Parts: sequence; structure tokens; C-alpha cells
Amino acid sequence: MVIPSSLKNCFQLFYVLKISAAGFKYTANRGLILQSVSSDVFQNLAVEDWIHDNMNLENRQVLFLWRNSPTVVIGRHQNPWQECNLKIMRKKNIKLARRRSGGGTVYHDLGNINFTFFTSKKKYERMENLKLVVRALKGLRPQLHVCATDRYDLLLDGNFKISGTAAKLGKTVAYHHCTLLCSADKINLSSVLKSPYKGIKSNATPSMPALVKNLFEEDPTLTCEMVMDAVAAEYARCHQIDHHITLINPADETVFPGINNKTKELQTWEWIYGKTPKFSISTCFNMVYEQSLLEAEVDIHVKHGRIEVCSIVLPEQWLPPAMCNELEKNLIGSKFCPSETTALASTLLRICPQSYELHSKWSLLCENVMTLM
Amino acid sequence: MAAVRALRSCSQTAGRLIRVHHIRPCSSVRFIKSKYMSIFDKSAFKFSHQHRSFRTSAISNGQIVQFKLSDIGEGITEVTVKEWYVKEGDSVSQFDSICEVQSDKASVTITSRYDGIIRKLHYNLDEIAYVGKPLVDIETDALKDVASEEDVVETPAVSHEEHTHQEIKGHKTLATPAVRRLAMENNIKLSEVVGTGKDNRILKEDILNYLAKQTGAILPPSPKPEIIPPLPKSKTVPAAPKDRGIKIPIPISKPIVFAGKDKTEAVIGFHKAMVKTMTAALKIPHFGYCDEIDLTQLVQLREELKPLAQVRGVKLSFMPFFIKAASLGLLHYPILNASVDENCQNITYKIGGTYAKPVILPPEVAIGALGKIQVLPRFNGNGEVFKAQIMNVSWSADHRIIDGATMARFSNLWKSYLENPASMLLDLK
Repeated sequence: MVIPSSLKNCFQLFYVLKISAAGFKYTANRGLILQSVSSDVFQNLAVEDWIHDNMNLENRQVLFLWRNSPTVVIGRHQNPWQECNLKIMRKKNIKLARRRSGGGTVYHDLGNINFTFFTSKKKYERMENLKLVVRALKGLRPQLHVCATDRYDLLLDGNFKISGTAAKLGKTVAYHHCTLLCSADKINLSSVLKSPYKGIKSNATPSMPALVKNLFEEDPTLTCEMVMDAVAAEYARCHQIDHHITLINPADETVFPGINNKTKELQTWEWIYGKTPKFSISTCFNMVYEQSLLEAEVDIHVKHGRIEVCSIVLPEQWLPPAMCNELEKNLIGSKFCPSETTALASTLLRICPQSYELHSKWSLLCENVMTLM
Repeated sequence: MAAVRALRSCSQTAGRLIRVHHIRPCSSVRFIKSKYMSIFDKSAFKFSHQHRSFRTSAISNGQIVQFKLSDIGEGITEVTVKEWYVKEGDSVSQFDSICEVQSDKASVTITSRYDGIIRKLHYNLDEIAYVGKPLVDIETDALKDVASEEDVVETPAVSHEEHTHQEIKGHKTLATPAVRRLAMENNIKLSEVVGTGKDNRILKEDILNYLAKQTGAILPPSPKPEIIPPLPKSKTVPAAPKDRGIKIPIPISKPIVFAGKDKTEAVIGFHKAMVKTMTAALKIPHFGYCDEIDLTQLVQLREELKPLAQVRGVKLSFMPFFIKAASLGLLHYPILNASVDENCQNITYKIGGTYAKPVILPPEVAIGALGKIQVLPRFNGNGEVFKAQIMNVSWSADHRIIDGATMARFSNLWKSYLENPASMLLDLK
């Protein structure tokens, strides 16, 4: 008998999970509630990919609960330079991830809960899912004033955004995921979600900045665990399945065969930065050299994360034109990335005339060019 | 009458397909043929239109189908095209991804409903596409004529691989998205590749094997034996099919990692700069000095210090230790410090190493290349084997300024600082 691979994987997942849970098998074929034990954004996004690619959701639904260590997550068609402050993120070790669903940029940390609602494409209904979350919150704390907007956001007290939504539709499976701010670090959030980069022209999906608030600020007795449990309970009630949360390990290949490859792919430079729709940066910056102020104009076009066109205009004769041309020429084809540019600049320095003055001017110029990245 | 007799006699003798040849080609005969085939193996001809799959070249006068953008749900009528996965002229199989569209925070992957060749893309990037309107034009395969079908039937007992081939055509071609992309990039129809994975899943190796065979066909006959390893007898398909001009995928025992045609790429960016530098560097007399460093103690020290550093919000790598050791060493060998001051140490890392914060630095008189840290067995003072964390370092210095002995002494001092990190405390300024 030929069992379609997707169904087989489904059975595998259910079979493995069955062993750890008694009594849930009766409703497992109608729905599942999964919670990740990992706080690694790439592993968790890979779980979404895996379920999307491998599970048959014809007559069943899945809810996936997950939280991540500090990360900025951009939408499928967004531009990280436009959306967040990559410099602060590098300094504070905040990761950057690109998800496969559309929508805008969000900040995750352990005080933020992510819910993913998996259904067949036919049963894809975002508003219903959001209403479910609202019911769960109201059930937990009736005095909370939470509502959903027509942009699929959740607002607290009509003013503050506590949740954003995004979705991904494939051949037969669809998922809708949303965030929920419980006790996230708002200072981090506002500092990383503000882009310092000027002069970017791009067709990438822009994000809509919004005032945010944590549920914790309304009611300090609320914790992430309570909220996750409340949503799971409401989900179980709606879909008439057991209120049982199954813990899953996203690194387990026996439960999720092939998942580690998905995790790796989500971490590649080509996915995170290379998938940025083409854009250009036209800006100028000031440099201070030996008590004089100099202005430089830059025009860089980036496609697939690599520099396609590069033009740097400097005050006349400040640097030999040949040197500037070398820099422009060599940047073409290079990744739009400070590390790569540093390596390039250091290398080129070795073939330039050996003069302390030229070298310090060169370093100054390159460091400034790098601030654009 | 003749037809009926033929049927009866055919059904008695297995493998004597040639009998069918004698029957006049007419519509009733075709019916008999397919029924006859089903006695052998029902699954082989489950989908009668699969006869077309035996063609090896695409016929350009196929029918053009307009693939319309299907309903996305939630009453959405328009979307923005965000990325094309195909271009005009590409072959696609059913279920291959065609493009990515976005609507109101939802990203949708549109997959093909047909096999064929993309003839027209109706939208450019960032344009609005409408549900129900054509998205792409696909030229699907033309119907085969009778003569070709006879060719197919003539083939004696089809091999197991062929059945698999045909089954795959009718069912969803199982392959991971990465494999699909590889196929798409190389203009391969997944339907023509035999999957050797679970459930006839197409694996990356299968695509590579397919590519290898393609290249083998393009190259002149004589070099062939060197490229494709000889097939073991047991795996060859029964002789007859080969001269039919039909491509029957034969699993090759050793996977060949063959990229296919030669790719000419422009030397760009960082690589271009390196070419220039290296050419210039060759004019300077260099010498090299290699050594290995036992970092076991340093690894331990770093593990102990990591949490302390984290409290201060710093991720502690090995870099600070290397630099500190180098700067302390340079106090003793200032010649290596010739044109630069303490802060401007340049240490170039080989591929496999990592560096924390890149800094642009002026040219140097010596470069140290640090390999990756590996766990290797070493003998300790008592003659016992223990697990040591070994890193190789390779110094390259400008011989006009540095002599071998100085380089060696500096390296030894640097090595001793790193192998006994505590000793750095004694020499701190």
C-alpha cells in the first residue's frame, strides 16, 4: 500500500508524541497543541516550515506555541536595513531572522509569546484565530480591554498594540502566526526597531510603527505561562480536542526528519540578507580629518544583498582618484556587509602607496562607508 | 477476429510483447494494447497520458495554457508579485513553485498546476496581480502520435526503474524544496529524474546523477569511460531499450559530484582585491613559520570567564587572548612592531577561524594565520594520552625586515602565553 509521505510523517509525529501522553490519542486526529522547548528562533521557524511541508491538515488543526531569545524577525519581503538598527543588534547580540510569512518587523524575547495556527488552506481564517486569543485573555482577566482591528492587530485599551499578525499560504496548508507582548523589554524593542540608515529607496514591504504595551503593565500578576495555557485551553475547547500541550524539541530528527536542514537554511546569509528586494542608498556623510570637515556622497545599489552599483564622491584630490575608483570597483559584487567590506578594504590597502596619510584617510573613508551597512 | 485471437495468445505468453506489433494500428488495437499491458503490471500504465514521458526532447508546438491566479481565500482579489522563481523558457513540473505573492501580511507561494515550459510572465516584480486573471502562460507537452506509442509498447519487460519513473509522473513528485530549487536552477524536470529516496523521493544525489548523465551525453564518446564509473553488471537494464533512444535512468553505484557545464564567473569584490594584493605580495620576499599551540588551558580559562563577561554584556571569544598575547610578545620583539603601534595589530584569520570586530589596518610586516581549534590526542608529561585543543598557526613575514630567528622566538613567546594564560599576568604592563 502506498502511504503518501505527508501522512506518514504525520503518523510518525503522532506516534512519537503518543508515547509521552496518555489519553490524547483519541482527539489527536482532530487537532494538536505543540509547545517548543527551544528558544532559538531558527529552530522554531524550522518547525513551522516542517509542519507546513510535511503535515496533512485536511481534517485537523495544529496550534504551535513558542518563544525566542532576543531576536528581530523581519517579514519575507522586507529590508533589514530599513527596518532595524543592525549596529545595536550586533553589539547586543540580538539575532536577526527572516520568516517565510509576509507582514512587518517584530521584536521577540522571552516576554513575547508566538502563536501559530496551522490549518488547511480552506480553513484559513485569521480573524477567527484572533478572536480566540481575545476570548482566552478575557477569560483569564475579564477586566482586560483587548480587541482585534481590521489590520489583524490586537490592541490593548484601544491604543496600544500588543500583537501583530502574519501568514503564509502554501499548496494545501496555511498558517497564521501572531505575537503577544506579555513582559517584553520595551527599551530594547524601541531601540532595535528604529533604523538609523538614511537615504534608502526600496519597494520592500514597510512596517507600520505603533505604540506598544505589555499585558504585564496592565496586570502584573500575568505571566507568559498563564497566557499560553489560557490560549491552549480555549483552542482545545473550540476544536473539541484534549487540553493537552505536547512539548516538542525542534532539533529532534526522529520526530521531524529533515528539520535540521531547514534550520540551517534559515540561518544562511543568502536567506536573511540575500532575499532583500533590491534597493538603493543615496546619502552623504561627514568626515572630520585633521580639523577639517569633509562631505562625501554615496550612491549604492544592492541586489540579492550584494552591491551592484557603487559611486563614492569625495572632495577633490582629498584622496587620489585611482584609490577611490579601486574601492568602488571592488565593492561591486561584494556583500553589503561590514565584515566583508573591512576585509576588502584591508586587502586593498596593501597595494596602495605606503603613506601614513593616505592610509589614515582610507581607513576613515572605509569606516564611514561601513556605517551604512 | 484477428485482434481477438492476438489478445488470447498474448495473454498466455508473458514477455512476448512483439506480438502486438503485428496487429494493424487502429483504435481497437490501442484498447487491446493497454489492456494487455495491464496484465503485466497495472501500475505501469495507470495514467495513459504518461506515454508522453518517454519523449526526450520538448516539442515546441505544444498547447499554450494560461495559468490563472487561483483564489487565495478571505475574499482577497488582488496581490503584489514579490518574487519570481521561474523565468521565460524554464521548464516546470506540476507542484513546482512559480512565484511568491503578498497580500495584506500574507505571503503566498503559487505552484504550477501543469508540466511544461514557461512562455510568458504576465507581471513584473511589485506589480499587482488579480485573482482569476492569467499569471503565467505555460506550454504543455503535445499529445503523442500513434507510432510513438507503438515504440513504447515494443519495449520488453520494463525495468523497475521505469515503473518508478511513470508512477512519479502521476503522483506528486516528492522532493524537498532545496532539491526542487536545484532542479529548477539546472532546468531539470523533476518528472524525468528517478528518485532513490524513501517513497521514490528525489534526493540531491539523484539530481546530480541526472546532470552527470546529461553532461556525459554532450561530451564526445571517448572521454566518457573516465567520467562515468563502470556500471556493475547486476544493475544494468535488459539490453533492448538502449537503442530505442529512450532515456532510462540507471542508478549509478557511486554518486558523482559533477557540476555540469563549466561556469565562467567574473572575479568580483573581495576576490578581485585579493588577486591584486597577492600579485603585489609575490614581489616581496616572504618566509613562513608554522607551529601548533595547545590551547587546552586557554579553553578552560575562557569557559570560566565567559559568564563573568556575559554579566558585563560582552561575548568572550578567543580574539582578546590572542591579541593580548601578541601585544605582550611584541614588547620583547619590537622589530615586529616596526611600523605600527600596539593597537594596530593585524592578525589575518584563515577560513575556519572567526574574528570578532574587524578593524582596518595598515600593511604589516608579518601575518599570522590561525587555523581552527581541533581536539586531538597528545601525550602529557607522564606519557599519558589526553584530549588537547590544538590550533595551528602559520606566520608569514617580510624577509627584508624580519629574520627567521626573531619570528621563531616571537612565535614561541606568543605560544607560551597562550598555553599558560596565567603567565600573561606576570608580564602585564
